[in-house]
Amino acid sequence: MSNATNENLVNLAAARAEPGQTTELGATIGDVRSKNPFVVAENVDVYYGDNHAIRNVTLEIGKQEVIALIGPSGCGKSTFLRCLNRMNDSIESARVSGTILLDGQDIYSRNLDPVALRARVGMVFQKPNPFPKSIYDNVAYGPRIHGLAADRAELDQIVRTSLERAGLWDEVKDRLDDAGTGLSGGQQQRLCIARTIAVGPEVILMDEPCSALDPIATARIEDLIDELSEDYAIVVVTHSMQQAARVSKRVAYFHLGTLVEVDETDRIFTNPRHKLTEDYITGRIG
Amino acid sequence: MAMATSTTNRQKVEAGLSRRRRKELVFRYTGLLATTVGILFLGVFFVDLFGKGASAFRQTYISLDVELSEAVIAPGGEPDFAFADFDGLVRDALRKLFPEVTERSQRRELYRLLSVGAAYQVRDLVEQDPALLGTTQTLWVPASANVDMLIKRSEGEPVEDDSGQLSVAQVYWVGQLQQQELLKKGWNTALFTNGDSREPELAGIRGALMGSFYMLLVTVVIAFPTGVAAAVYLEEFAPRSRISDIIEVNINNLAAVPSIVFGLLGLAVFINWASLPRSAPLVGGLVLSLLTLPVIIIASRAAIKSVPPSIRDAASSLGASRMQVVFHHVMPLALPGMLTGTIIGMSRALGESAPLLMIGMVAFIVDVPAGLTDPATALPVQIYLWADSPERAFAERTSAAIIVLLGFLLLMNLAAVIIRKRMQRNW
Ligand SMILES: Nc1ncnc2c1ncn2[C@@H]1O[C@H](COP(=O)(O)OP(=O)(O)O)[C@@H](O)[C@H]1O
Ligand SMILES: [Mg+2]
Repeated sequence: MSNATNENLVNLAAARAEPGQTTELGATIGDVRSKNPFVVAENVDVYYGDNHAIRNVTLEIGKQEVIALIGPSGCGKSTFLRCLNRMNDSIESARVSGTILLDGQDIYSRNLDPVALRARVGMVFQKPNPFPKSIYDNVAYGPRIHGLAADRAELDQIVRTSLERAGLWDEVKDRLDDAGTGLSGGQQQRLCIARTIAVGPEVILMDEPCSALDPIATARIEDLIDELSEDYAIVVVTHSMQQAARVSKRVAYFHLGTLVEVDETDRIFTNPRHKLTEDYITGRIG
Repeated sequence: MAMATSTTNRQKVEAGLSRRRRKELVFRYTGLLATTVGILFLGVFFVDLFGKGASAFRQTYISLDVELSEAVIAPGGEPDFAFADFDGLVRDALRKLFPEVTERSQRRELYRLLSVGAAYQVRDLVEQDPALLGTTQTLWVPASANVDMLIKRSEGEPVEDDSGQLSVAQVYWVGQLQQQELLKKGWNTALFTNGDSREPELAGIRGALMGSFYMLLVTVVIAFPTGVAAAVYLEEFAPRSRISDIIEVNINNLAAVPSIVFGLLGLAVFINWASLPRSAPLVGGLVLSLLTLPVIIIASRAAIKSVPPSIRDAASSLGASRMQVVFHHVMPLALPGMLTGTIIGMSRALGESAPLLMIGMVAFIVDVPAGLTDPATALPVQIYLWADSPERAFAERTSAAIIVLLGFLLLMNLAAVIIRKRMQRNW
């Protein structure tokens, strides 16, 4: 069924294609390489049982780069994202092949513990998911399990800087012992970002971090992503074109498990080279 | 064309509307009726139970001036609690109230107004405070069950009629005592401090209560950790395979096995094979653990399943290991559900009697058990034993014991509800 839809869309695209535009679903268009690569995914395939969810994707993500993954729902954005910190490990039917290097090191190699990997590659989820614990304990949890703080004062410091970086400190500094679940949706999401930062990651993965938030909270998170991009490589999945345009330096467009096109954000929005990309960013494919 | 369709559609909807309403009404009243019938049955049960059992919480006492004669109690200088004739002291005191009764057979009838517990009470008094030796004490001692029944009946309490148990003379004496205000009804302490007895007025549920307590202690100590550990393993760590499916099906089946079968298993394994003592709360507790284990496992697994996956994702994305995810996040959130399941399992165990019959916890045991291996009965078994006794006075005690059992069950279920309400978190 998915293949039929796939072909229909490709045919549709072909019928409307301008001269010079590609309509084939094959090799990725655009530059998958980065000048300063930090995360390198090479020929990645993911299967859920028989479902081939990611098809031969190659993509490099640079240091201090924000890359947005866009595409219609079900195209594999989340799946690809979850490969980067091996969150797919916990899904029994999932099978990943290809190589993914983090700073030159194969993250799927036998002698790499996913626990250590996740300390370096943090993740923020679609729905804010603070622990049902105090604000302080939410942020302190990561540093605690990894033994990052030698004493309470150091832990306090980590909690404070993380909340500050997440732009939440001023709002919660007087109620660190209150439940994290009592905050508003936008605050909860920033708390989750603070919690992720507290571990000191090098890469932050965000899976539609604003889709459950109102426009004002969304704007705050977007500003935050901008600030954080100075220190972290950030991969953000979004279904909002505007968001992708606002926060990212590069955009990768996925379609039915295939990485169709990658380019600088300005270029891809002004001059998409694949018909499917154009259809998607102009709203013809939802 | 569009107009026409919409009109007919609306007509169709309206035509069906009254039929739908009627169906809804019928359904609602059927439900109401069913609930009413249920409440009615429960009401009849409780009214009957409390009507019959309430009187057992009170007991008739007779006031006697007992002379704690040194010559009788301590013939050799030291009080002789084993062989001294405390009975005689009590009888003397009673006889003094009725000097006109002189004939031997009549006196024997008179003595039968008193419970044999009267003498024990005097003995215990002296044992506690030897300084009382030689003094005369005014004591309220228990009357016999027949007197108790007579008084309760005369006061209009719904106790079973067994007139004919008392002679005309005895009834007259009771009247005399009543006139002199030497008779009173008081709180029946014996019911809560004594073990079982052949004399209804001395029979208490203490032994059965302690038996049940020790059993539940064993059950909770064994079944709770085992059940929770099994649930955590099956939910979090066991690989999904045919074997784990079989285990799952079998645990569910185990929960449906009749309890008497567990009793037989206990008899075969714990008593015949492992040579543990019969009638012991230890064995009872082991059998009840087997019985409650599936309940706890099922409830705990449901509690673990209900922990939102987003919490697990959050923890593991921060680099928590599988163990850490389970023990830092899943367990605390699942604990209220696990505890609720355990309490419900425990209250089921408390009400069980069939498996206990199989392992010999159905004997007549006077002594209150003081440990896990002392012979004991349990509350439901005590109810069964008393319900089987011919004496009328045991009938009200049976009801009283049922009230106590129901009280404990109610408390446990209340605790489960409170834990669920209190500890439940919003996420
Ligand atoms: N846990 C899972 N088990 C099986 N199939 C899954 C699972 N998660 C996603 N999929 C499948 O993988 C494909 C890609 O899904 P996903 O990565 O969630 O897409 P997106 O995030 O782009 O909407 C879909 O066909 C989806 O049905
Ligand atoms: Mg997704």
